[in-house]
Amino acid sequence: MNWKQAFTSSIGKKLVMSLTGIFLITFLIVHCYINAQIFWMDGGVKFTEAGHFMATNPVIRFVEIGLFVLLFLHIIQGLMLWSQNKSKRNTRYAVSAGNHTSKWYSRSMGLLGTLILLFLCMHLYHFWIPNRYQQTFGSGEIDLFGKMQAVFSNPAVVVVYVLGCIALGYHLVHGFYSAFQTLGLGTHRYKKMIRNIGIAFSIIVPLIFALMPIGFMANLIH
Amino acid sequence: MEHYSMNLTLKVWKQKNKNDKGGFETYQVKGISSEMSFLEMFDVLNEQLIAEGKEPIAFDHDCREGICGMCSMYINGRAHGPWHQTTTCQLHMREYKDGDTIVVEPWRANAFPVIKDLVVDRQSFDRIIQAGGYISVNTGNAVDANALPIEKQKADESFAAAACIGCGACVAACPNASAMLFVSAKVSHLALLPQGDPERKTRATNMIQQMDKEGFGNCTNIGACEAECPKGISLENIARLNREYIGSVFSGSGTGNL
Repeated sequence: MNWKQAFTSSIGKKLVMSLTGIFLITFLIVHCYINAQIFWMDGGVKFTEAGHFMATNPVIRFVEIGLFVLLFLHIIQGLMLWSQNKSKRNTRYAVSAGNHTSKWYSRSMGLLGTLILLFLCMHLYHFWIPNRYQQTFGSGEIDLFGKMQAVFSNPAVVVVYVLGCIALGYHLVHGFYSAFQTLGLGTHRYKKMIRNIGIAFSIIVPLIFALMPIGFMANLIH
Repeated sequence: MEHYSMNLTLKVWKQKNKNDKGGFETYQVKGISSEMSFLEMFDVLNEQLIAEGKEPIAFDHDCREGICGMCSMYINGRAHGPWHQTTTCQLHMREYKDGDTIVVEPWRANAFPVIKDLVVDRQSFDRIIQAGGYISVNTGNAVDANALPIEKQKADESFAAAACIGCGACVAACPNASAMLFVSAKVSHLALLPQGDPERKTRATNMIQQMDKEGFGNCTNIGACEAECPKGISLENIARLNREYIGSVFSGSGTGNL
């Protein structure tokens, strides 16, 4: 089996999903850690410091390019898997098993991923794009703490952010476990551990993210 | 449990042949005993149809004791019906009440085309086995069965994987129509034993390539296969298949017959 066949077979495609997914999970950890600096209640001093490091460190900037490439790969491969899998059963069942044999979020990874992508577009428009734009063409980084305060003063935006975090949580409950199962780690020895760590991760990380817009809107972060 | 008899409405998929469009037909059956198996209920219906001069419903069956893997009905949205770890022939009518309506469909997957009514063509499974589900055995005198020491744990896991009867319920239940649980069982029961070692580096890749060629979907670790498998084949086998695949891709010779 040559390398191209190895990564385009059914398991190969899943390996691409798994490895890019695990990279995106590590990104979430870093993103969450940096942003959680707002909870020091120091007017965003520590957060701005951390943000400055992330925006200017050449290694981080290089990894950022990789992040976009792998995110793109994850999206394209996911959409291809979704459309291929839909084409494998031309006559559909009249009665479906519903939730008797599987979880709704496991069957809805494509939908959840699409929701996250739509959320991500809005999220980048709020923070990443203006920041990089001003960094490149203007007077350096923007005041992200102030920007967060401004963006999250709108309750409608906060609701969308919370919904985005919920979609992310459900995507992760399946995705975390599935990534390690695809790597062959879903053995008797590890499967419970992977499941439980995955569930904890899928609750804790989106919850910390969701607390940011909620905290700003409720004037709890200053 | 008290014995009782019931009248049922059956909506059964009827399809003349592979090219026919097919559709549901509704039948009434009367006086069905709660002690009957699901297939015996179909026997009663077919006798009734023959007596009326109509064509009986074609369905697959053979041993009727849950080990041959021939029966294959998708009953009210469930492969082999609602009972846990049973085949259609082991499902009994005490599951149902008088007046129930039961919808019966064939396995649905492009890789399992309908031959007639509820009978589907599962030869794609045979071709996957031919692609790698075998071992090399030298000719000559039979080797003493106990000459080769095998760890108890591995022998048990191999045996559990070998319990797969190839019925195709995993494909029928999978929202992606993937055959991964079947392939993983076939790869696992050989990969765990020393007898399976000579072909180990090519088995998983060859069988996966054949699986893809047959038009099965990609596994997305949903787990409906494991929930519906009449033999309780575990998702751990899919993890093992993934490891075997990674092993043969990254440490195999890369030549193989591919």
